[in-house]
Amino acid sequence: MARQVLARLGIFALSLAVASVVIFVITQALPGDVAAVILGHGATPEQLAAKRAELGTDRPFAVQYLDWVGGMVTGDFGASWFSGLPVSMLIAPRAEVTLSLVVGGLLLALVIALPLGALAALKRRQWPGFLTSAAAQVGMAIPAFWAGILLVFLFGVTLGWLPPNGYVPLGRDPLAWARHLVLPVLALGVVQAAVLVRYVRSAFLEVLGEDYYRTARSIGWTRWRALARHGVRNAALSLVTVLGLQLASVIVGAIVIERVFVLPGLGSLLLDMVSQHDLVVVRGIVMLLVLAVLAINALVDVSYVFIDPRLRAKESS
Amino acid sequence: MAKPAPLNATARRPRRIIGVLVAAVALVLAACTGPGMSPTAPTEPAASASQPGAAAKTLVIGATAEPATLDPTATDAAAGTQALLYNVFETLVRIDPEGRLAPLLAQAWDVSEDRLTYTFRLNTAARFSDGTPVDADAVAANIERIQQGTTAPKLKTAMSVVASTEVVDPATINITLTRPSVTWLYDMAGAAGIVMNPAGFATANSETAGSGPLTLDRWLPGDSIVLQKNSNYWGTPARFDEVTFRYFKDPNAMNASMLSGQLDIISNLQAPETLAQFSDTSRFTVIEGSTDGEVTLSINNGAASEGVTPGTGHEALADVRVRRAITMAIDRQALLDTVWFGKGTLIGSMTVPTDVWYEDLTGTHPYNPDEARRLLAEAGHPQLTLRLQPAALPYASKAAQFVASQLAAVGITAQVEELQFPARWVDTVLQKADYDLSIVAHVEPRDVVTFANPGYYWRYDNPAVQEAVARADAGTLTEYEAEMRTAARLIAEDAAAVWLFALPNLVVTKTGITGVPANANSSLAFDVTTIAKA
Repeated sequence: MARQVLARLGIFALSLAVASVVIFVITQALPGDVAAVILGHGATPEQLAAKRAELGTDRPFAVQYLDWVGGMVTGDFGASWFSGLPVSMLIAPRAEVTLSLVVGGLLLALVIALPLGALAALKRRQWPGFLTSAAAQVGMAIPAFWAGILLVFLFGVTLGWLPPNGYVPLGRDPLAWARHLVLPVLALGVVQAAVLVRYVRSAFLEVLGEDYYRTARSIGWTRWRALARHGVRNAALSLVTVLGLQLASVIVGAIVIERVFVLPGLGSLLLDMVSQHDLVVVRGIVMLLVLAVLAINALVDVSYVFIDPRLRAKESS
Repeated sequence: MAKPAPLNATARRPRRIIGVLVAAVALVLAACTGPGMSPTAPTEPAASASQPGAAAKTLVIGATAEPATLDPTATDAAAGTQALLYNVFETLVRIDPEGRLAPLLAQAWDVSEDRLTYTFRLNTAARFSDGTPVDADAVAANIERIQQGTTAPKLKTAMSVVASTEVVDPATINITLTRPSVTWLYDMAGAAGIVMNPAGFATANSETAGSGPLTLDRWLPGDSIVLQKNSNYWGTPARFDEVTFRYFKDPNAMNASMLSGQLDIISNLQAPETLAQFSDTSRFTVIEGSTDGEVTLSINNGAASEGVTPGTGHEALADVRVRRAITMAIDRQALLDTVWFGKGTLIGSMTVPTDVWYEDLTGTHPYNPDEARRLLAEAGHPQLTLRLQPAALPYASKAAQFVASQLAAVGITAQVEELQFPARWVDTVLQKADYDLSIVAHVEPRDVVTFANPGYYWRYDNPAVQEAVARADAGTLTEYEAEMRTAARLIAEDAAAVWLFALPNLVVTKTGITGVPANANSSLAFDVTTIAKA
């Protein structure tokens, strides 16, 4: 088991290294000269050259890359080209927003998708099953931003129950924080849930055909009890995989949702910094997001060993 | 090495997951409990963040462009100026709501006979927010900081005419210029003239150290800047305990916020087609004024004078007949109606109605497609293909489509390619002048002077304009106005660019808010000191 975990960590480290090269090359290829954008109107060629030297953007790409990676290894993400503020200071408050949104959205998606998916599997030939599957199809077709705009106008403007947009940090006022997150989490979570329902349904359907399920039923367990006792754990294997893969799409969805609900998260920061050509910050954010996705997927792989005793047994036998 | 799990753990884990999920549902439900749903929580969402106790007077303003730093002298973006100038930072002289120079930190100033030396007498009551007096030494330190520090090149250029400063006594400073300059005095009323507390220079990008009626309470990048009343203010105290600038990239989100009552003011509505949402006069007041933003169809005039890198524009555009033809090919009233819902002002040169020297030049080359075709044929270009590279901004993209269709009618094929703004547009058009036609709004005050700079991206080199601008700068205020008018007329006749329209200032306020000026004047500040709330 330790060997499996170590091998997985090795892949994780290698993926990070490859990702850092890809991120650097792609951001480097974005057209535009940051010195020109910073200095604006009336900058002389000498001032531009001095600014490039100050930022270090006139050095060979390889040197800039090594400088960047070397800094990150020691925890230094550099300083924004525009404001001179440390990247870590810019990112930290934004990460709180995106984390709240992504975790909230995923939890809500699970809360909706697990029971509905089970229902769709158990009643697959009756109307609740058809209805759930159809609803999931419709839900998948709804773009998250459109759902967001509808929620804003219904609950934020027309009914006035919740703030239509904006953010209050958790540490400042937890109640206001939660109230500001309800609508964005709904917009993100419901659409994700629609995607997830279909996976839950097929994972449970698989369980329904297994011997252990039939045995449980034959000794008198109800269908729901048999599914809860044996089905959840077995279905969890494929669900955890899907969740890991979904994470990337949830993060992308969060970027859109942040725009609609004016949330000062990593996504909004990323879009702003790309348009300003503040590549130091862009790289820092993308690297952080990649790190999060890779780390979660590595954890998912490691978690198989804990969820599925058969994998552990294989190793020790 | 693997431990066999105890049998009952198998059953417990899913239950634990379910427990977490139940807790999550409870959390979500708890969060839903807002006013109107829970009898015990009558808190107002916006106010809940501020201090409890006596009803604090707050003002929440929706704005578009967020500053990247809290130091308005660090970049030439207008965003820092909008929220902070006159509210948090003060200058020796200010631009009043009518667009004229007025005293602020300096209670009076004199100009010497040769117009080279300005003597400012400071208001001795003036204090920075930490209580230190605003004295002549602080003014001198700020001028030196603009000249020597890492400040925006535009401000350095503005301050480059200062030859020396002389501190006469704590309340008097003489500033001597290398040449007479009216522009400099105007610049001193903007970001270049900000007098910061020298003790705050080192931390200027994340903290503010000004002398204004408000001070920074907190900055939540990507969301808002919250200012609070400066209880030590030396002048008329602020009317609000807390003033928030909230930033919106999306005009629809800003409208939703206004409609739900979160905002008191929309500083400038960016989507005029949505104005009808605020037609309920019992709730909202709409103020239509003008701004300093000229939406300009810029033309690469192709000048290649000494010391100027030649741009790479189409050579036909150096011919005044071709430029006039382009102007005459565009029905600007129809463009304004289509692109900006008819809101805004038609202009005929690089000057707007709030300029004191404004003159209506919209009739200089009126819409006349037949004449445009004749001029193109005469110039030997009955068919012409040009690149049209607007900034990828809503007004510019829409205007580009309209312009392209009108140019097609006179035989000019415009290949439209939007340039991401600011990074790509600044690099391609502004710096390299690698364009034929472009569209962007020029919001800087008094920017007719850019046509006197052959290195600016217009690549326009006309000695008559350069002389007029030089005479304006060197003259008295009256001479300044006359010469600026001349420069504006010359570039209009020469069709150095096409001035499509001036962006409107569309302010929406809750009813009961008064004192919001209709026009955004050339200070670019959103000055809250005149605003009151019933």
